[in-house]
Amino acid sequence: MLIPCPFCGPRDLGEFSVLGAARARPVVAVADLDGEAAVAAFAAYVYERENPAGPQAEHWFHGAGCQHWLTVVRDTRTHAILSVTSAGTDEAAQSLEAAQGAAPEAAP
Amino acid sequence: MFSAAALLKNALSGHTGWTPHWRKAAPKPRYDVVIVGGGGHGLATAYYLAKVFGITNVAVLEKGWIGSGNAGRNTTIIRSNYLLPGNIPFYERSMKLWEGLEQDFNFNAMVSQRGVLNLYHSDGQRDAYVRRGNALRLHGVDADLLDRDQVRAMVPMLDFDNARFPIEGGLLQRRGGTARHDAVVWGYARGADRRGVDIVEGCEVTGLRRENGRVVGVETTRGFIGAGTVGLAVAGNTSRLAAMADLRLPIESYVLQAFVSEGIKPLLDTVVTFGAGHFYISQSDKGGLVFGGDLDPFPSYAQRGGLPVAEDVAACAMAVMPMLGRLKILRSWGGIMDMSQDGSPIIDRTPVEGLFLNAGWCYGGFKATPASGWCFAHLLATGELHPDAAALRLDRFSSGRVIDEKGAGATPNLH
Ligand SMILES: Cc1cc2nc3c(=O)[nH]c(=O)nc-3n(C[C@H](O)[C@H](O)[C@H](O)COP(=O)(O)OP(=O)(O)OC[C@H]3O[C@@H](n4cnc5c(N)ncnc54)[C@H](O)[C@@H]3O)c2cc1C
Ligand SMILES: [Zn+2]
Repeated sequence: MLIPCPFCGPRDLGEFSVLGAARARPVVAVADLDGEAAVAAFAAYVYERENPAGPQAEHWFHGAGCQHWLTVVRDTRTHAILSVTSAGTDEAAQSLEAAQGAAPEAAP
Repeated sequence: MFSAAALLKNALSGHTGWTPHWRKAAPKPRYDVVIVGGGGHGLATAYYLAKVFGITNVAVLEKGWIGSGNAGRNTTIIRSNYLLPGNIPFYERSMKLWEGLEQDFNFNAMVSQRGVLNLYHSDGQRDAYVRRGNALRLHGVDADLLDRDQVRAMVPMLDFDNARFPIEGGLLQRRGGTARHDAVVWGYARGADRRGVDIVEGCEVTGLRRENGRVVGVETTRGFIGAGTVGLAVAGNTSRLAAMADLRLPIESYVLQAFVSEGIKPLLDTVVTFGAGHFYISQSDKGGLVFGGDLDPFPSYAQRGGLPVAEDVAACAMAVMPMLGRLKILRSWGGIMDMSQDGSPIIDRTPVEGLFLNAGWCYGGFKATPASGWCFAHLLATGELHPDAAALRLDRFSSGRVIDEKGAGATPNLH
């Protein structure tokens, strides 16, 4: 499987490691961190997953290449790679939104 | 049906007298319990619901044919050598059920207690296995620590003096072994069917109908089917079914591959696992060596694996049993694992009334089939968690009571 890195071009899967679904980290004021809502939000963030059969935005690390974190949108049914962008950029946020209709991601 | 007389009669009449083991049931408008998923777990649940709890107005709905999922794709290893208190009683119940299963459902599931031998390759790993063995013995589960010579006497064909991973010994569970996966499916199906359970194949659940927050039935490719309670036992497809009830679960789906070699004469009479990489191997009764290793690394519903993992499995094989290099691989395949965030299963109610969950089996759910069915049936029938599965709760993630055998954290692909 080849992943088209925006910095290095198409590279073999073995050069990358996958972190998992790209998701927005809960934003909670420091004073509220121990509140019930914050605890529930973080439990959901750490453990719960959409796990879609279809396009999913994920964070991948190009460890044996440019060492950039990437946002990869991939179809979990076919393994087709739909887009690869530099994580944390506006472009990545757009690809994430397009994949999931989700809020823009936080930097990994 | 299976008696010495019946076997003799059919042998003499060219085996033309056997009848189907379960009816091709058409769905009725309503059942007390609808189980989604005709794998080992769904069918075992139906069997024990009928047999132990007397609940027979039950349907098992299967989108393909029964056993077409992971039940028919696994490497058939059964064992109960888990480390943590939440898991040990559950898997040991399963092992005890395996030991009486064939008599119980009167079907030959080829349960073979040929032993499961986990190799260790360093002093640190030996210490970890001593700890595990002691934990098992404290719970009344068998475990034997073998030194290098004892391992060599059992499996002389291993590479004991491998330069990187020399074999120092192993932890053996003699009561572990293998069972014939398809026969387990058929035996439970037959036993459930004979007690009145409808096994409906070619019936995909496409929606969960709710009224006032309660599940009242399922939408299927064969129409709406009403239900008192609905139990999900769909393994790798759990998140998709849960999404039909707007639930998000601590589960991700990944592919696990398996491989089988050409058939050879009897070579390996136990199950061996490599301790320095992820690799396990046994020999089937047909003679093929059956083996597997790591998950493919990224979430997938493709039900087929990639070459990098095949290469890694082959490398592990060569490190522990170099003679394998002379064999041809006959077939390989993949199944979709419902990997949970702590690597342990979930048998629990859900926040949606009337909807129950059996999931998170990762790559180890075949061995769990009998106890999973038993404990899930107990939950569906009584509304209470079974004491041996009391730790396998859905809320253990938010409450911090995870059962993380590997200590890998919330990384489903590393469990
Ligand atoms: C390659 C491989 C090797 C393995 N090796 C081992 C091993 O050695 N030891 C071990 O203990 N475990 C092993 N496992 C894991 C084990 O096979 C699974 O954990 C276990 O089979 C899961 O339970 P099940 O049998 O009920 O699942 P399945 O057989 O997958 O049953 C789920 C069923 O649900 C059906 N379904 C899904 N969606 C729907 C729907 N919408 N409507 C209706 N039906 C639906 C599917 O078609 C499927 O038949 C292995 C798995 C694989 C793939
Ligand atoms: Zn790169």
